[in-house]
Amino acid sequence: MSKLRLLFVKEAQASYISHLDLMRTFQRSFPRTELEIRHTQGYHPHPIMSIVLPLPVGQSSDCELLDFEVTQDADGSGIAERLNTGMPIGLRVLECYPAVRPIRELVYLRADLELEYDGGVPDGAVDRLRELFARPALVIQKRTKRKDLADVDIAPMIRRIDLGSGEGVIRADVTVQAQNPGLNPQLLGKAVETYLPELTPDFIRVRRRAVLDDEERDFR
Amino acid sequence: MDKRLERILPRVQKPARYVGGEYNAVMKDRGEVDTRIAFCFPDTYEIGMSNLGMRILYGVMNNMDGVWCERVFAPWGDMEQEMRRAGMPLFALESGDPITDFDIVAFSVGYEMAFPSILNMLDLAGIPIRSAERTELTPLVIAGGTAMYNAEPIADFIDLVSLGEGEEITVELVELHRQARREGWSKGELLRRAARLPGVYVPSLYEVTYNDDGTVREITPRDGAPRVVTKRIIRDMDKSYFPVKTIVPSTEIVQDRIMLELFRGCIRGCRFCQAGYVYRPVRNRSWDLCAQYGVEACNDSGYQEVTLSSLSTSDYPPLTELCDELEEFCTQRHVNLSLPSLRADNFSMNLMQRLARGRKTGLTFAPEAGTQRLRDVINKNVTLDELLRSCHTAFAGGYNAVKLYFMLGLPTETDEDVLGIADIAGRVMHEWRQAAPNKNRGVRITVSTSWFVPKPHTAFQWEPQITREEYERRVKLLREAINTKTVTYNWHDSATSVIEAVLARGDRKLCKVLEAVWRKGATLDAWEEYFSFDRWQEAFAECGVDPAFYANRRRAKDEIMPWSMISSGVTEAYLWREYERSQAALTTPDCRTHCNGCGANLLVGGKCDV
Repeated sequence: MSKLRLLFVKEAQASYISHLDLMRTFQRSFPRTELEIRHTQGYHPHPIMSIVLPLPVGQSSDCELLDFEVTQDADGSGIAERLNTGMPIGLRVLECYPAVRPIRELVYLRADLELEYDGGVPDGAVDRLRELFARPALVIQKRTKRKDLADVDIAPMIRRIDLGSGEGVIRADVTVQAQNPGLNPQLLGKAVETYLPELTPDFIRVRRRAVLDDEERDFR
Repeated sequence: MDKRLERILPRVQKPARYVGGEYNAVMKDRGEVDTRIAFCFPDTYEIGMSNLGMRILYGVMNNMDGVWCERVFAPWGDMEQEMRRAGMPLFALESGDPITDFDIVAFSVGYEMAFPSILNMLDLAGIPIRSAERTELTPLVIAGGTAMYNAEPIADFIDLVSLGEGEEITVELVELHRQARREGWSKGELLRRAARLPGVYVPSLYEVTYNDDGTVREITPRDGAPRVVTKRIIRDMDKSYFPVKTIVPSTEIVQDRIMLELFRGCIRGCRFCQAGYVYRPVRNRSWDLCAQYGVEACNDSGYQEVTLSSLSTSDYPPLTELCDELEEFCTQRHVNLSLPSLRADNFSMNLMQRLARGRKTGLTFAPEAGTQRLRDVINKNVTLDELLRSCHTAFAGGYNAVKLYFMLGLPTETDEDVLGIADIAGRVMHEWRQAAPNKNRGVRITVSTSWFVPKPHTAFQWEPQITREEYERRVKLLREAINTKTVTYNWHDSATSVIEAVLARGDRKLCKVLEAVWRKGATLDAWEEYFSFDRWQEAFAECGVDPAFYANRRRAKDEIMPWSMISSGVTEAYLWREYERSQAALTTPDCRTHCNGCGANLLVGGKCDV
């Protein structure tokens, strides 16, 4: 028996695959390998497989992790290539390796944000956003799992943020807390909407770049 | 990805169904194809992707050089609203290109309630809905599928209909269209030439006149179109294309498994069943080939479930051989085999046990009618004893849920027949008491009734549908007769069945009703969420059309049916004979026992493969 981990990319069309559908897609791809996924014991056995930090639908990522257990002793070599022969466009396994580090050591998430302004970036917007994200508290309304609204201060969950601008777009390179609680980088847009409504972008694109440990080194 | 689409998707439900990119979706280079085909299914992605015919023809067309066939599905309401607001035309999933300029727009139409969606999809694509308004060669709007055995209610909107199984005729049509473009034919010329292909019906080449009472007086073909168009079939199932490498949706669909087609046609001859008549004759695929396709399809897709698909799978002669052959593979790969439906007369518990692999959920039987007399009328040759014996075996084997399907409003039905349904449920419960090894788990018996809709090309095509009031009275009668908690009774909502009955046997006068109802907002009318009976009633009233004329009228033997230019291979004389036998409650044996001379054997050169 071995515990293995996949590092994979989720982008383009595949970024619209929901969490549950993604699990199904991976389950269907494992018969392409010689690996046999371990199943839970019981009346309705289900495969032991989990996606570490489920990515919100619509976002892209270079650094998704999926942990799973197999019945054989395996180190994961050759698995990525075989899985990739049966994937939808936009889903690509980069590596498969023994899952050694515990997930609790995954502390930060680094992501690129693109705030699109169809009418061009408003004058001084970048400076005003810098000033905004330097505030000690940024309280936004967030929908909870029970579907009601709650006030959340996201400022303590932002580790760092670098802003720059291009043609009709403001780019942000952000590092945020990954779990307990984690921050969806998309909510930075919500903060702009809340505090600087006149700078609300027309569209926000998010791409996860890296998952990091407490010293901001790549988590694998 | 299209920027407008990227903006829209975060706001709609289940966006994965609008982006394509699934494993095995066919991508081609736009520069290297000369024929672009939009293969449209007038319902949602989840329904359309579950359709085997769609998968077969997708493969057939994409196997042609220079042809790129792409899928198009009807957007759900939220998506349609967003697309219209963004000015985004209906697009094909593979390329994301608008289908407006495609060469051929082909609809697969399986049921009448999808008709409004056809108009809506054309409109969303920016294509004029009426055939007469499309004067160019492209896009050519064509349709096929079971509902096209009576295409009259949409005759004004489509350019031509492909009848029967599409594997060969589709290729011929695509080649003809290619020739037309190469040689610069007019659209009229193309349609006239297409009408000479066997299995092609061009509605605009038939003039229909009506009697004062609204019935058809005469159907006159012109420009060399045949008086009767006979459907096409594939003679040899072993040589026909099977989609071994098929698209694996990245989001859950209705039939999320391998559909392994064992045979076409059905030996049974249930008199209400349109599929049973129009898919004749029976043609089996060899079991060893089925096994090979099943294994290859599982290996390629990664699916762990295979449906052994056909109109009546327990009638497949080598079913045991096939299951034996697949057993080792299924065990090793944890693949489950499932059967779409069971006949209570030849149901094998042994087989079920093997298929279910320990999981004993429910069993479903369809006795269809509550008394033996009525089952004889509809030629559903299943007896109560057989049903009870099957249930007994199932309960003894540990099953504790049974679903029973019936129809209300069948021809000659009396209150005694309706109450017979409650009686059957009671007897099934009694069998459970006798047979169940462990009664602590209880039993669930579900009785479901739908409302009989007479369909064209069946023995009941002359029959009226009972009125809505009468149907509701019978539902109430049955509801009050079922009074134990263990029996759950579900009945089908009545309004859709009325419209279905109108459209199923409709004529061209319904085209204006369809356009009117679509303009009032009808789109996905197969869905309760979108269906509105009031909207249909308004449209009937505005167009001066009486729905009862189509739904509730008994046709005379010599009445010209609006679809009489279409032949499924089964002769009208045979259907009438079956109708007369039904009135006398006389059964007709299945095709394996005895050839009843329906006429479909001529499609395969004289002898059926029963």
